[in-house]
Amino acid sequence: MSWTQISCQYDGSYPGFLSCVFDCYVNREEPVEFHTPEDMCCSLYPLRAVATDQEHAMRVYRSFAKFGAEGERLAVRTFLTCLPDKELWLWRFLRLAYDQGPGIGRNLTDPTVDKVRKAVWHLEHEAHMYKGFTRFSELDGVLAGEIEPKNRVLPLLRPHFCSRYPQERFVLHDRTHHEALFHQPGPHGWAILPVEDFSLGPADRTELQYRELWRAFYDTIAIEGRYNPRCRMTHMPKRYWAMMTEFQKDWETALPEVRGR
Amino acid sequence: MELLDKLNILADAAKYDAACTSSGLDRSGRPGTIGSTTLAGCCHSFSADGRCISLLKVLQTNVCVYDCQYCVNRRSNDVPRAAFTPEELCELTMGFYRRNYIEGLFLSSAVIRNPDYTTELMIRTLRILREERRFGGYIHAKAIPGADPLLTRRLGLLADRLSVNIELPSSSSLSLLAPDKKKEAILTPMGQISQGIAASKQELAVYRHAPRFAPAGQSTQMIVGATPESDRHILTLTQALYDRYQLKRVFYSAYMPVSSSPLLPVAETFKPPLLREHRLYQADWLLRYYHFRAEEILDESQPDLDPRMDPKCCWALRHLEFFPVEVNKADYEALLRVPGLGVRSARRILRARRVGPLNFEGLKRLGVVLKRAQYFVTCSGRMMTGLHVSEDGLLRHLVALEAPALAGPVPEQLSLFDSAV
Repeated sequence: MSWTQISCQYDGSYPGFLSCVFDCYVNREEPVEFHTPEDMCCSLYPLRAVATDQEHAMRVYRSFAKFGAEGERLAVRTFLTCLPDKELWLWRFLRLAYDQGPGIGRNLTDPTVDKVRKAVWHLEHEAHMYKGFTRFSELDGVLAGEIEPKNRVLPLLRPHFCSRYPQERFVLHDRTHHEALFHQPGPHGWAILPVEDFSLGPADRTELQYRELWRAFYDTIAIEGRYNPRCRMTHMPKRYWAMMTEFQKDWETALPEVRGR
Repeated sequence: MELLDKLNILADAAKYDAACTSSGLDRSGRPGTIGSTTLAGCCHSFSADGRCISLLKVLQTNVCVYDCQYCVNRRSNDVPRAAFTPEELCELTMGFYRRNYIEGLFLSSAVIRNPDYTTELMIRTLRILREERRFGGYIHAKAIPGADPLLTRRLGLLADRLSVNIELPSSSSLSLLAPDKKKEAILTPMGQISQGIAASKQELAVYRHAPRFAPAGQSTQMIVGATPESDRHILTLTQALYDRYQLKRVFYSAYMPVSSSPLLPVAETFKPPLLREHRLYQADWLLRYYHFRAEEILDESQPDLDPRMDPKCCWALRHLEFFPVEVNKADYEALLRVPGLGVRSARRILRARRVGPLNFEGLKRLGVVLKRAQYFVTCSGRMMTGLHVSEDGLLRHLVALEAPALAGPVPEQLSLFDSAV
């Protein structure tokens, strides 16, 4: 017997989504759309509002271990991507994964697995790019940086930067998703928190000097005879440039100003 | 002299070094230190020439006692000279590293006074970085040929990767253009480093805290296009270096006219052989990841790589009897030989075909470049539908595929040397 089709309402968080999965399986219901209470929408399908239940969410989360390493990675990370209707794709992926078990990691030609895998690849690739392209500025002993990613990369960047700067206090702000990673020395000295407004004081002399040195280095290291702007843009698309010190024109502000804001 | 001026001079002098990788070593940060390294490396920026900037690439000094014709820092060249003090360079590295500008330091040097003195200067810089500043980021250091083996060993214990530049692809070119350097003087430290790495690995297997000697391996670099060696010669040499010294990478650097020496191509008319460099790197990848041998890629009848097509396509066209490869049955080695199939897509094929038979649509989903691969594979015994190509038509198709990417007319490669040699 086919499952009843419904429209699912949840709070937009990952535990909320996992609670939806739990409830849908319990009630034998197939969600055809997901939305949050803020979304203005009307649907022809019966609405089911799912309250977030941490215990149910944990049960679903633990069950991902059945998918094998690759399947588990996809199940966890898809929610961070910017894939349109990611909840729906993830739901389809989970249905398939509960069906196939660890084999899901090998089923690369399936359209759903393919879609999810490419979205996660995009997320991981963007996170890797930001490992290099993030720039920090030192302000009163605190390192501050800003990024503008398409996917939610902060959870993926967190282990990298916390391991790299164990003795530093730093803030990394994600403009797109209005959240920031905070870190201070000590075990578990980090948090990813929502941030409403993010602004910093002006940069001091030492900071300006380092920026100037870096720009000088950047301009010097290129070989004129090999000038190849297309190659540069392939490796470093222009959407990253706005936040990078080497392309920064105004020297007084704490962080690079983004054009068009 | 201001730090800014020094940085300008010494980065300018270092920019012809091709290697700027930060790969080969996974080391997470520890409390009380600063810095980590990742196995795949990390590019922090790309300069206007499209090359990756990963490390702060500078010379300790550009004051040099040698007079190598191809080098911008040769004694007879009239350029401003400068030197970093070890403290200055550490300050700069730490400042850049904390702001996430760089992945670490690439420290090279011209030979000031003698190789031993130069190496001692570099060791002092690295010692301050590692021991006083507790720097755990990536350090790539150049070993100076002719330095005392004990000093090179000390350098390798502080750095992650060591490299010795082989400079030119043959000893005759070397004696012509770099009369102060000898082939043996370059290969001796290379051998020493390779033995040191092997011994260190063995010690680490027994004692966890044994000192790590150049844990990210060693690399080298040679200049292409300044001397008349053929691509075949260069690839054979490369393969010998990989086999004998277990190098991680061999870098090629297209010769940039930095000198008006009569022994070198004329600066005014000379175009750096960038396409040739690109093809050499492609062939280098075939050696390192695709289980090819240099003899397979080029032979006596064909001493140079075809500029119109990548080396793997060329090999495939010369060995049509090997194809078509059946993707549902062929082993990994055979899949790697197919143009348009890389290491990743070959691995994915192996994984995906355990679930069910693959068809062409499935291959596309896996990321196979079908526009090249379609001529060389079958799926369950069938070629791609609607594909009818004769043998010489195949060459035209493959050349046409790459033509838009090759800017301008196809460059003549070795004709430049007819007058020079």
